[in-house]
Amino acid sequence: MSLQSPLGRVLGRGSAKSGVSHWWAQRVSAVALVPLTLWFVWQLAGLAGGVDGYSYDAVRAWVASGLTPVLLVLLVLALTYHSALGVQVVLEDYVHGKGLKVASLLASTFAHLLLAAAGVYAVLRIAFTTGSV
Amino acid sequence: MRPRPLSPHLGVYRFMYTMATSIAHRITGVVLSVGLVVLVAWLVAAASGAEAYASTAALLSSGLVEVLLAGWLLAFCYHLCNGLRHLGWDLGRGLEKSEARRSAAWVVVGTLVLFAVLVWLLLLRAGGTVGGAA
Repeated sequence: MSLQSPLGRVLGRGSAKSGVSHWWAQRVSAVALVPLTLWFVWQLAGLAGGVDGYSYDAVRAWVASGLTPVLLVLLVLALTYHSALGVQVVLEDYVHGKGLKVASLLASTFAHLLLAAAGVYAVLRIAFTTGSV
Repeated sequence: MRPRPLSPHLGVYRFMYTMATSIAHRITGVVLSVGLVVLVAWLVAAASGAEAYASTAALLSSGLVEVLLAGWLLAFCYHLCNGLRHLGWDLGRGLEKSEARRSAAWVVVGTLVLFAVLVWLLLLRAGGTVGGAA
């Protein structure tokens, strides 16, 4: 039996507002990735079935066409975000030792940011340097 | 301070195949994170000119790497199917033991069907030249 007030018992135990933000972001990116990844494999199937397959010209013409660059940028961002969140949880669960854990989490964060930047830059560069299709 | 018990407690449960589907979700997730590097490398190669793309394409269509690509495709199919199952659980659906077992079986069926379709559409139809090196 505690003489603490109900308020006293809950104070100082951390915010009840942002505790689910990681969980929620993982779900939001998951929901976004369902249509985005299905669209992507559908587009790849179109490339594979085309006369030139995955040739340099065919791939660049596809990346630069219509709404493709927009959806590809969204795909790269959603993938890297979802991946960063997932890998973070795995590292937190299985990498023990404070130094190694912090180092691996930092490495994962930076690697995912690098992938996001490189992916977006590549898509935009193709879109802006390929003749209009 | 004495070390406190930390989750996940992998050794304390009797093995069930619902548990295998959960672990496989993590493993395929990590596998797909590595695959993401290849996807970005492919885009960067296509942005870097014909020569860079040709060497990347040659690498991607070499035998061993094609097996890896098929593996990533399988991981994608599984992670997608089981991810939809997880989203259903997040909505509070299908949490009964019998339902979870049935949906696990559906995930396996869905994964294999989707995988077969995608291997045909994305890899085999391109005539064994994933990167279009030919």
